[in-house]
Amino acid sequence: MKINILAFGQIVDIIGTSSWTISGVDNTDQLELKLTHDFPGLLNTKYALAVNKKVIHQNTTLSHDDTVAILPPFSGG
Amino acid sequence: MSLLKNNNRYDRQIRLKEFGQTAQDNLNRAKVLVIGAGGLGCPALQYLASAGVGTIGIVDFDHVELSNLQRQILFNMDDIGKPKAETAATKIKAMNPEIQVHVYSFKITNQNALDIIVEYDIVIDGSDDFATRYLVNDACVLLNKPLVYGAVLRFEGQIGVFNVANLSTRIKSNYRDLFPVPPASQSHISCNDLGVLGVVPGIIGTMQAAEAIKILTNIGNPLSNKILTYDVLKNEFYEFQITENKGHSHQMPKDKAEFQAYNYEWFCSTHEPSLEINSTEFNQMRLNEELTIIDVREMYEQPVELEFPVIRMPLSRWEEDLLMISTNHTIVVVCQSGVRSLAAVKKLKVLFLDQNIYSLQGGIHALKNNDKLNLL
Repeated sequence: MKINILAFGQIVDIIGTSSWTISGVDNTDQLELKLTHDFPGLLNTKYALAVNKKVIHQNTTLSHDDTVAILPPFSGG
Repeated sequence: MSLLKNNNRYDRQIRLKEFGQTAQDNLNRAKVLVIGAGGLGCPALQYLASAGVGTIGIVDFDHVELSNLQRQILFNMDDIGKPKAETAATKIKAMNPEIQVHVYSFKITNQNALDIIVEYDIVIDGSDDFATRYLVNDACVLLNKPLVYGAVLRFEGQIGVFNVANLSTRIKSNYRDLFPVPPASQSHISCNDLGVLGVVPGIIGTMQAAEAIKILTNIGNPLSNKILTYDVLKNEFYEFQITENKGHSHQMPKDKAEFQAYNYEWFCSTHEPSLEINSTEFNQMRLNEELTIIDVREMYEQPVELEFPVIRMPLSRWEEDLLMISTNHTIVVVCQSGVRSLAAVKKLKVLFLDQNIYSLQGGIHALKNNDKLNLL
């Protein structure tokens, strides 16, 4: 199962790319575990997760070809 | 009023059949508060003033600096050192003398915010720090005022409309539905640190003015319950649909008294909740509440049995086990010396955002030593 990931803002710096695909995760909790394991910098970063453009607040089952976007807060004005 | 009706200042927008004289009259009667006369505030103020928003408030305590001119396009060399709010007011009054402009040349705080915001129909957030953003968000939620949010960093911007219900769902979301708590202090990142391309706040600030005008004149679909991101390098927009985050409500001040007692500076800058508890606190908590205690030691580590019930979850198979945790209780993670449990807590925090999770400082060793001390 392939999941598309999109990163925004400073998340791109932590991960090194703004879009990639990931496999072997069935839900967003597993995805976050995998990401924080691979990129520990994420542990100190606040972000919102959206599955297919919808912001989620709890573990969400992922399906093939879903897109998960990782959005950090910006404060600049 | 005759001046407004007889001149042709607004002719090009009144000609729009969706807009017309009715929308223009709505704008003339409207009151918009712009918080921050910076990169976002400057273009927003220009378009609000030129479109004929009847009353505009400008909040900014800062003074114009040379490094502002790259993006804060209301100001020029002669303005360096002058107060931003007053200077911006002079500029937009010169552009459109038919409007009223109110200047607030001081910092918006939880003591003055409600009194200022209550006078306006819509708020535009062009501030540049998280404390102000959360403060303005909460004030607008309490007063039920539409808030047009905008923020920028480097080549990217975010814009959204809060406290405006979708016609179909009637749901009103706000900033805390997206980001319930601010980032940790060390990850605070601003344009001062990382820079911003001047046109990015120009674009986002202009879009904020557009959203305010749409809401005031009731044309089109405002970005309510959404965050739109824009990346100038890729020319890409991406829209996030915000959903209600029920967990955030306890963070939000519930009334004026709570709002005025809320320490936003602390909440947004130094607030780093402790991830550790010591053995005395741990024993006290065990007496007072039901805990979910997770033991991350490997199965072979001694002593196998502890004097309280635990969930065994050795760190080596952590990832498979972790997803089985389901509890509403405070979670305490223990290991032999408190090192692995602290690492585990940091991981758990990602999954259980709103739950109290602690690592037992010094681990089981400290607990045993503490018992010995008690016996002496």
